[in-house]
Formats: sequence, structure tokens, C-alpha cells
Amino acid sequence: MYAQLVETGSKRLKTLEEMGPEERAFQEKIDAEIKIEPKNWMPESYRKTLIRQISQHAHSEIVGMLPEGNWVTRAPSLKRKLQLMAKIQDEAGHGLYLYSAMETLGADRDEEVEKLHTGKAKYSSIFNYPTLNWADIGVVGWLVDGAAIVNQVPLQRTSYGPYARAMVRVCKEESFHQRQGYEILLTMMQKGNDAQKAMVQDAINRLWWPALMMFGPRDDDSPNSAQSMAWKIKRHTNDELRQRFIDQTVPQLELLGCTAPDPELKFNEETGHYDHGDIEWQEFYDVIQGNGPCNRDRIATRKKAIDDGAWVREAAAAYAEKQKQQHQAA
Amino acid sequence: MTQQEALQQYLLRLADSDMVLGQRLCELCGHAPALEEELALMNLGLDLIGQARNWYEYAAELEGKGNDADYLAFRRDAGEFRNLLLVEQPNGDYAMTMARQFFFDAWHYQTLQALVNSSDERIAQVAGKAIKEVTYHLRRSIEWMKRLGNGTEESHQRMEVAVEELWRFTGELIEADEVDLMMAEAGIGADPEAVKSAWKQMVTDVMTEATLTLQDENAWMHVGGKRGIHTEHLGFLLAEMQFLPRAYPDAVW
Repeated sequence: MYAQLVETGSKRLKTLEEMGPEERAFQEKIDAEIKIEPKNWMPESYRKTLIRQISQHAHSEIVGMLPEGNWVTRAPSLKRKLQLMAKIQDEAGHGLYLYSAMETLGADRDEEVEKLHTGKAKYSSIFNYPTLNWADIGVVGWLVDGAAIVNQVPLQRTSYGPYARAMVRVCKEESFHQRQGYEILLTMMQKGNDAQKAMVQDAINRLWWPALMMFGPRDDDSPNSAQSMAWKIKRHTNDELRQRFIDQTVPQLELLGCTAPDPELKFNEETGHYDHGDIEWQEFYDVIQGNGPCNRDRIATRKKAIDDGAWVREAAAAYAEKQKQQHQAA
Repeated sequence: MTQQEALQQYLLRLADSDMVLGQRLCELCGHAPALEEELALMNLGLDLIGQARNWYEYAAELEGKGNDADYLAFRRDAGEFRNLLLVEQPNGDYAMTMARQFFFDAWHYQTLQALVNSSDERIAQVAGKAIKEVTYHLRRSIEWMKRLGNGTEESHQRMEVAVEELWRFTGELIEADEVDLMMAEAGIGADPEAVKSAWKQMVTDVMTEATLTLQDENAWMHVGGKRGIHTEHLGFLLAEMQFLPRAYPDAVW
């Protein structure tokens, strides 16, 4: 999940009777599964919530280029390097679709990016963890993109049309990346030497819990979920999605011949699901408050890229203006 | 030098130049001046490294020692690399990155256009695919030469510095040596005279339109890359790029 904690500004749901006529018509449309489009009336809080969520999602795609970009110059074969470059290119593309979807709500891309750089806007906590060996690139593809897909598949039916349509395109590419990530790990485990196998297990040990945190806080600590679900921005609760992810991931973990760093992880015959140990929620809140291992570096890098590039963007704008004037004079 | 040896050298020059420039573009991941540029730089790098792989595969087959494309990219040291000195130059600011790209793209485009008609079918086939990609690279780098050269005062100044800084590496693109001449004579490689005049014409036209100062044609030129004598930059680039395959020589990735 790339948008883990999105303020909706409401702690209690309004009943249809409490709503004004416009808001009631809006809610009835949502309940009837009719998509909301940019020119339709929408409550201001729905608009703001979506801007927060979609921008968080877009920022995550962009910041998410950094932990992978960290290994692109060191990828160990031509095939792996090309795959990783294609993946990073797709992520920049996802960022673009998402910023476009966000702009249909009246937000401005540059202003939202500025909020990211000043720490007012968030991005997924997962990208604040470092990539320390090559297997991390496989694990990021498998677990991180895997968790993103579990979240994004239902978002293809989210109530806001432009967001739902962006998710259809994003999901296709993400599924491809996830398979490639898993294949990196499978190759290392099945054809690799002991050092490579140790890299895979080490990467899983470090990224397992952070991947589970991508689904956001527990349902009983997720005050904004009820409103997001009533608006059908979210279609499932955090814990439901997390459980779905664990259930589908554990067999893949076993196929690799690796283990999760969770001694309590085991299949529960009664529920038909995997039970798991407690997540370190303090770590999660530390990370989203800016105190994860890479938060400072990630933001500093993005801010520096945009600040250092100011003269390039100014030049492009000045040149475009000169061209326009020449056309008018001609 | 036999024709076979010259062909091997010729292929490595094409492959290594694509590979090293692709590696430089990888370094920019996450650091571009705009999101659209992140996308474009990764796209360019992907094309170049894809082309490098195609050239390496052919070179490895001809070599016949059982080495593969990965071996050629990741196990040869700087002295065995045959890339142009221009492409190993550091990214610098965006003007430097774009000037390097333009000088290279203009050469690459002219060369590939000739190679499409190579008497060596494999070369003609690889070039035929690459020329489509490089046509786009060139269009893009010409656009950036114009935007930065004729944008703001600052961008103009930076582009002037970049062009002046990189000019000394451009001679190697257009001055033929024994390998180039042998390949041209055999109808396998591009005709160096044709590439040279087309390259010069394009550079003059684009720099003039970009309001940039034309550089001295007779300036001293720094050469050596095509013979394996590089600048000090290449060793560091390869140390980073080759680390994993060298640290774990028996590994399958």
C-alpha cells in the first residue's frame, strides 16, 4: 500500500439524514457504484482526502525510485540491469499518471511536490529502508510491489474515476515487476552459491516487517478508514488486505526455501488463514514521522534534484516563450 | 591486423560506448531536473544498454572463447574497454550531460545509418533496430541543446562551458584509425569521411541555432579510448559496475 495514513478530517460518519441535498445525492451515487468524475459535485473533504491519498501514492512512486536506483549502477548482469531500468522507468511513469489524476481534483503538481520536500506530505514508509544487498532488489519487487498490488487491485474499483483508471494501468505493470522480483530471488536460491542464498534470507529478514507495515495501522487504530470506506475510496480494511497479502505470500516464501523473521507465523486450520506475530507499531510511527533509517536522505535527494534542476526548467520555459513569440511575429 | 581482429575491435567500440554511456545515465536515476526527464534518461539508458548487449553478443560469438555478453561487460578491465573517451566523462550539470549526449548521438546516428547497409548481415540487423531508438535520442538531445543554449542567460552560460569542456573529446568520434579504415574498406563499417562531414555539419547547424559559440576545428584533441587508453574516470565507473560479478565470480544471477 502506497498511501498508509490518509486524513479524511472526519472521525464519525454522517447519516444520510444529516447530509444536505447535494451531499446526499453524492453519497447515493457512491452507494450505487457510479464513478465520480472531475466535474461532478463532491464534498470538499472527499476532494481533499483524495488529493492527499493520490499525491501520497504518486510521491511513493517517485521516492521509490531511489532505493532501487541505488543498485541500478551495480546490477550484476545485463539482463538484470535492463529489467531494473525498465522497472524504474515504469515507476516514473506511474508517478506521472498519478499526478495527472490528482490534478483533475484541482491540485497542482509542483505545490504537492513542495509539500513532500517540506515534510508536509507523506509517502510510503517502506522507501525509508535502505537497500543493502542485491537481493533487496528482488525482495522489493516481490514483497513491496506484491503488497502494492494487493492494495491496488481493489483500487481499480475506487469511487473516483480518474484514480480507478490510473490503477488499471499501474496494476498491469506492477504484476510484471513482482514476477521479475520473485524470479531474481528464485534464481539466487536455486542456482546461487551460499553467499547469494544468505543475501536472500538477509533481505527477507530486513524487509518482511516493513512490507507488512505498508498496509497501514491496525483496524482498531485506523480512525480514518470508516470514512474512506463509506466514500468507497478504500474497499477493504487495512487488516483484511494485510491478511490477504500474508496468505498469498507465505507459500511463495516456502517455495523459495526461506523463512520469515516471525516465529509466530503459522497456518491456522480453523480460520484458513496464517496467524502472525505482532507488528512493531512504534517503529511504524517513528518511520512515518520522519525517523526511519533513510527518511532524511530520501527527501534531501529529491529536494536537491528539483532545486538543482531549477535552472533547467527555467531554461525550458524561457525557450518555449521565445518560440511562442517567434510564431506570433511570423 | 586481420579483418577478423579489426571486426572484433569495431564491435567492442560500439558496445563499450553504448554500455559506458548507459552506465552514466543510470547514475542519474532519481536526480533528474524533472519527472519527465527521469523517464527519458532511463529510457535512453535502457536503449543504449540493450544495444550494447546486442553488440556484445555478436562480439562474444566471433571471439569464440565461450565468453558471453555479460563476461565482456563485467569481466574486462579498463585497458580492455574500447569506448570513446567522451562517454566516460562524468555527468556534471545537466548542460554537461546534454552536450555529451548530443555530440555522441550525432555521431551514433550517422554511424548507425551507415551500418544499416553493412555487408555484414548481423551488423546491419542490429543497426536497423538501433537506428530507430537513436533517431529519438538525437531529436531529444538537439531539443535540449536549443533549449539550454537559447533559454536563459544562465543556461546559455552553462551550455557554453559544457561544450568547451567536452570539445576536446569529439575528435575521437570522427578521426579514423586503422580499424575504422579496414572496416570501411571491407564494406562492413561506416565510411569515416561521410560520418565526419555529416557530424560536423549537424554540430555546426545545431550549435548555431542554439546560439552557442562554434569551437575551433583544429583544437587539440584527446584520443585513446578506442585503443584502451582512457581517462581516470573509467576505472571508477567499472569498479562500481562490475563489483558483484567480480566479488562472486561463480555466481548465477
